Amino acid sequence: MTALTERQQLAYVDAQAADARVNVELETDEGMILNLGPQHPATHGTLRVTAKLDGEQVVWADVVPGYMHRGYEKLTEVRTYPQVTTLINRIDWLGSFANEVPFILAAEQLMEIEAPPRARCIRTILFEMARIANLVIFLGDLGVQLGAVTPTFYAFRDREHVLDQIEAVTGGRFHPNFDRIGGLKDDLPKGWIADTKAVMARIRSFCDEMEDLLFGNEIFEARTRGVGVIPAEVALAYGLSGANLRASGVDWDLRRDGGISGLAHDEVDWKVWTHPDGDSFARCWVRLQETREATHIVDQLCDGLPSGPIMAKVPRVIKVPPGEAYVETENPLGAMGYYLVSKGDLGPFRVKIRSASFSNISVVPWVLKGVYVPDIITILASLYFILGDIDR
Amino acid sequence: MSSLVLAVELAWWQQTVLRTIGVLAAVLLPAGTLVYVFLFKMMSFMQSRLGPMEAGPYGSMQLLAEVGKWIQKEDIIPWRADRKLFAMAPYIVVMTVFLTYVGVPFGPDAWFADLDVGIFYILAVSSISVLGILIAGWSSANKYSLLGGLRAAGQLIAYELPMVLAVVGVVIQAGTLNLQGIVAAQHEGAIFGWDGIGNPFILTQFVGFLIFLVALQAELTQTPFDMPVAESELVSGYMTEYSGMRFLLFFIAEFASAGAFAAVAATLFLGGWALPGVDLDADYMNVLGPIVLLAKIMLVAFLVFWVRFTYPRFREDQLQQLAWKVLIPLSLVNILATMALKVAY
Repeated sequence: MTALTERQQLAYVDAQAADARVNVELETDEGMILNLGPQHPATHGTLRVTAKLDGEQVVWADVVPGYMHRGYEKLTEVRTYPQVTTLINRIDWLGSFANEVPFILAAEQLMEIEAPPRARCIRTILFEMARIANLVIFLGDLGVQLGAVTPTFYAFRDREHVLDQIEAVTGGRFHPNFDRIGGLKDDLPKGWIADTKAVMARIRSFCDEMEDLLFGNEIFEARTRGVGVIPAEVALAYGLSGANLRASGVDWDLRRDGGISGLAHDEVDWKVWTHPDGDSFARCWVRLQETREATHIVDQLCDGLPSGPIMAKVPRVIKVPPGEAYVETENPLGAMGYYLVSKGDLGPFRVKIRSASFSNISVVPWVLKGVYVPDIITILASLYFILGDIDR
Repeated sequence: MSSLVLAVELAWWQQTVLRTIGVLAAVLLPAGTLVYVFLFKMMSFMQSRLGPMEAGPYGSMQLLAEVGKWIQKEDIIPWRADRKLFAMAPYIVVMTVFLTYVGVPFGPDAWFADLDVGIFYILAVSSISVLGILIAGWSSANKYSLLGGLRAAGQLIAYELPMVLAVVGVVIQAGTLNLQGIVAAQHEGAIFGWDGIGNPFILTQFVGFLIFLVALQAELTQTPFDMPVAESELVSGYMTEYSGMRFLLFFIAEFASAGAFAAVAATLFLGGWALPGVDLDADYMNVLGPIVLLAKIMLVAFLVFWVRFTYPRFREDQLQQLAWKVLIPLSLVNILATMALKVAY
């Protein structure tokens, strides 16, 4: 018998130990702990979910956020007000413009400035286009999470047109940094409205395509219907917002119920979609309808765009008077709010950011109890979070 | 059984060399074609993109580039892995594909082994790949691999049954287990007395063909049955820890077995290497036959990959329900109907 090298001996001992460990986890009632993330294809970012499994069934699961914390709340304290929008663009990176709006509205509230009507309308158009850019990716990504690769490519193809329109106005595809206290940086470019309406028609046909390709598919229905049901009371108790809440049957939308003066949602005719089931299918379906509804909002606002200035009278050096303000808007992922404390300086004294995804994923441990491993992915995908929006 | 290869008398070692080259070509050619035509090009066109365009005309050399890349990569074996089993697993999986091709006839004299129980042999060796996958899943010392390996085992065993039962219908109709015999039966048969195009069993065994296709999809672990490698759940399932050459072997096995099963399906249901109206014993069929079979392989593989790029995946329990509650009863009914009609006509 040949002598083993030290490395071989160690490898042998280690392999035995690994076998024994797996055996223990498999054979005791304790179950096996499966660690999804922080590096995992399903979490599109660095969310970590630890799940204790009994076979393929989840006994308990826990979410560990914080791997992408960038300290935005602290960073805002050392910046002036115009500089802050650059930062907070990156919270929900798929619908960047929507991040700027509540912060600007809070600052406007403290300064007692109102944006002129044209600025409010364009702001709402861009707000809704950010929603479309965000939700289109959700609809495409849904396919990948459930194993169908093709819808993603359609989503990225059609989102590009929306991003082109956003870029035409703001100069930035992803991070517009366009909203200003008291209005907007610039007016719309020439010919933009006609192009945008064509893009909106395209997005509607994309929604039809997704409805055929995914929502009408038996396997998709079998995978999502009745999976991860969140009743309305639970949804409210965990502070869910946005489409996740409306999919549980709660008819609540800040665009309609928030009484926000800086946006022009009151001036158009649109509908808040709800679904009574509260399962994964309901959440996906509500988002599909919201994408369509957003294109109608943009269409109507483009038709009835008032003329006039796009900037109110604002001092050259912006100093926000002392006080506190909290403004929450209905962002693509749910309710997003900024609690702004000013001491009268060039920059905010303290900013607390309430982001939708952070509250939305708080329900994950509750809803994952007893589901199967593939359902973890379905539920996480249908709850729809952006890592930047969880960790800030 | 004779030991002819292409109807030429050769020494034993010459035959062995020819067969080795033949099997290699038979495995790698369809596999490469499937990867390029379906995975690179058809998938891209379905997803409104072009796919590889740089390497060679229309990216036709892309596959060589990919293979070159994989061969260069470091072969990483995890520290806690069971080294011997880990290294062995991909070879077991690839070996099954080679063994499957051995039983498939390509022409009147172009075959590797003309077995009396040909289809039985093929179904038997094709299930060896489960062992390789289980070994890969277990020896990687990774929980994702373990889950993937166990899922693969459960799935492949569940879908072996409907596949075998679907084949039974064909065997009853042909009256033989020998694949050459099945080809001849389709060529010379008649559909309820009409013998214009022979009797390709896809027409008279249509239910069997559908069951076979679904089971095929599951055996190949292609979407919607790709839970063993479910990317969004298990990273890459039993392949998670593999890299370099060993990953390439798994990759080849995936597409080569798609080709092998498509060849079996083509032989069982589409008339194999024969075409309606040709002379089965003619020498030129030894050249034309493989081409005809390759065309039919592409046809079946097109269906497989079309579904793969379109559907989302099932959940593990839904997959088992489909096998046990739908496919198996349906294939049993199919066998009964085939028997009744066989006796009646």
